[in-house]
Amino acid sequence: MRNTKSKTSLAVVAAVAAGSLALAACSAGSGGTSGGNGGPGSGGTGDAGDGALSIGLVAEPANLDFTKTDGAAIPQVLLYNVYQGLVQLDQNGDIKPGLATKWTVSDDRKTYTFDLASDAKFTNGAPFTADDAKFSIDRVKSAWTVSLKSAMNVVASTTVVSPTQLKVVLSKPSNDWLYRMTTRVGAMFSRTGVDDLAAKPVGTGPYSVGTWTRGDSIQLVRNDAYWGTKPAYKTVTFKYFKDPTALNNALLTGTINVIGTVQTPESLGQFENNDKYQVIEGTTNGEVVLSFNNGSGPMKNEKMRQAVRYAIDHKALVDTCWAGRGTLIGSMSVPTDPWYEDLTGLYPYDVAKAKALLQESGEAGQTLRLRIPTLPYATACGTVVKSQLEQAGFKVALDQLEFPAAWLTTVFKNADYDMSIVAHVEPRDMGAVFGDPTYYTRYTNPEFSALLAKADAGTEQEQVTDMKAAAKLLSETAAADWLFVLPNIIVADKGVTGLPKNAISESFDVTGLSGS
Amino acid sequence: MLLRLLNRLGILVASLVVSSVVVFAFMAVLPGDPARVALGVNASDAAVAQLRTDFGLDRPLPVQYVSWVTGLVTFDPGTSYVSGIAIAPQLVDRLQVTLILVGVAMLLALVVAVPMGTVMAVRHRKLSGLALSAVAQLGVAVPGFLAGILLITVFAVTLGWLPANGWTPPAQDPVMFVKQLILPVLSLGLVQAAVLTRYVRSAVLDVLREDYLRTARSKGLTPGRALVRHGLRNAAVPVVTVLGLQLATLLIGAVVVERVFVIPGLGSLLLDSVSQRDLIVVQDVVMLLVVAVLVVNFVVDLLYLVIDPRLRAGAR
Repeated sequence: MRNTKSKTSLAVVAAVAAGSLALAACSAGSGGTSGGNGGPGSGGTGDAGDGALSIGLVAEPANLDFTKTDGAAIPQVLLYNVYQGLVQLDQNGDIKPGLATKWTVSDDRKTYTFDLASDAKFTNGAPFTADDAKFSIDRVKSAWTVSLKSAMNVVASTTVVSPTQLKVVLSKPSNDWLYRMTTRVGAMFSRTGVDDLAAKPVGTGPYSVGTWTRGDSIQLVRNDAYWGTKPAYKTVTFKYFKDPTALNNALLTGTINVIGTVQTPESLGQFENNDKYQVIEGTTNGEVVLSFNNGSGPMKNEKMRQAVRYAIDHKALVDTCWAGRGTLIGSMSVPTDPWYEDLTGLYPYDVAKAKALLQESGEAGQTLRLRIPTLPYATACGTVVKSQLEQAGFKVALDQLEFPAAWLTTVFKNADYDMSIVAHVEPRDMGAVFGDPTYYTRYTNPEFSALLAKADAGTEQEQVTDMKAAAKLLSETAAADWLFVLPNIIVADKGVTGLPKNAISESFDVTGLSGS
Repeated sequence: MLLRLLNRLGILVASLVVSSVVVFAFMAVLPGDPARVALGVNASDAAVAQLRTDFGLDRPLPVQYVSWVTGLVTFDPGTSYVSGIAIAPQLVDRLQVTLILVGVAMLLALVVAVPMGTVMAVRHRKLSGLALSAVAQLGVAVPGFLAGILLITVFAVTLGWLPANGWTPPAQDPVMFVKQLILPVLSLGLVQAAVLTRYVRSAVLDVLREDYLRTARSKGLTPGRALVRHGLRNAAVPVVTVLGLQLATLLIGAVVVERVFVIPGLGSLLLDSVSQRDLIVVQDVVMLLVVAVLVVNFVVDLLYLVIDPRLRAGAR
């Protein structure tokens, strides 16, 4: 160390110190006089009227425009809360009125006539009319870029009958179309409110977007001009946590009032044994699929796929890797689907049968590449799948691929894998995952595709019958193995009521929340 | 003197150019396709190809590099792949957060290290001095993230005195801002304080052996007074240098601490952007950190030239 006499040095120390102090004292970010977020330390009992509530979630939206940006995080915040559709899903998975008070379907099942609410308004002050509804549906085809826009391909024409009546004609009967209208694709936009969708959404819902602190939180503010029943909380803030421990700690220390979706079921003990909190368990659309490459390699062999299905002890697996929470299903359908049936009996756990089929298949010497994404459920269950398969005589190489980037390229795009584990969270995605031979599952089955097409075109009763048959066919041919359905686990302060038990729509619906 | 200045400036510019090439090359070889990640799992190949064209990812690498650097030099860091939003305002917002964190942590380090190091030096043969040395050693050994997790467990989860994580802009709620700042600043600052304490100790020890202190003592000043009045300002010179060098460590530490405490600073932006393959944002953030460190070191160099007459004479 050199030591030199100088007066400058102290001045520098002082300057560094003063600079830091000045920085700390002056405002960072935008000054706003918003009411802060969910009353840290308050124990979070928001009193209806002007209370605030904070909800902790995992994935933050990249922006607020789901017409151009994919991902579940955007509709989770905006749908039903900020944007409304003509129809929406209730907690049982049934389609119920939204901005449409009622609708009729013609006998040929191609013409839908919607009667619209006459008193609905957008947050920019414009009234909601049939013109906006036509504009919104047409705009999916013209301006949307996300792949989901294909849900509107079946629409042949939209006609404004009167300000409160809209007629939609489909090119062919489609049960699925009305269902998709409950998702983000059916969101209603204002003709004068689509200039800055990425930052300033304009909808008819009970909330509008307030302060958005990127990387931290999005605040929703009650829309006092809302046409329906006004929600109890004045502000609802979604806060984002990459780390499950940080999320749990935020609830324990009162920074948030609700954990919207628990990522680590094994950590629930600290809340279940504490009467300050309530734990709510419902269901989701997320089938955790042990997917097979049906198109090439050893898993192209049906005997091989069946052998794997017999080798998995699903009950033990869920107990080990997801704290015993989650429903066993046996095919690509969840309990809230109208056509759901429990198909776990088709391939019961049977190691002897698995070993026999493995020998018959002629692929016994092959090493199966189990390539899983770095997601909590996949990493937890991947090791269990590997060990169960090895007990039945399989050779398995387990690779963890960074999600999303590496997994998307290797498994999803190039199908360079034999097995993977991924939760397919989209609603009613049997056709999306197994109906397209170019999809990463590489499943090709004309009989299955024909059943899907018939289901879409028939009456609602025929739809249920055909979808049941399709799910059964999928399971019998062992197109994949279905490990379990992700549970929807919410932990909240005791006083919060109206939490959406089931996560089966694309929305985290906060409109019914209130506090005691 | 001027020659030396130009020399230093040349080194600065060369370092910037080399690091920009290295950062760009790293991003180019990272597996994964930003366009596919941005579009999600259901995107068609045609849509992905179109987006690659929109991003300019289909151009030759040297062309991409030149257009990126041109943007940086003209203060236009570009647009995020994932969000489609301009990067510049985001960098400004995040930088403010990280600077507060790093600045306050550095201040804490100074406030702890200067008196502690001085006492350790003055009493370096006594038990109290040795005990302090042991504490400082311990502090150096504990990594910031571990300190953070321990602090959260004790003061937030168990005792409930402070929030476990989060960030509130000071203008929005000053009280909450301070509450949430305490634990991250402690986990970042205490480690730095421990490192700095040892520098202060050795600098003060050097000063204690100087003739002018003996002169001051002979004028009737107590040892403590003599040190405060004549010694510390000289001891500050090497300490300031170390502070400059520590900035790099602090910034890297901040990346980790921001993750542990869920603070929306540059570090969080960097980690999120890497996982989302928002490569342009990653490049911009890394370059911003590189520039910060290089410029600070350059300034410290200049200060040395100003402070130290022996350097000005050109003798080393």
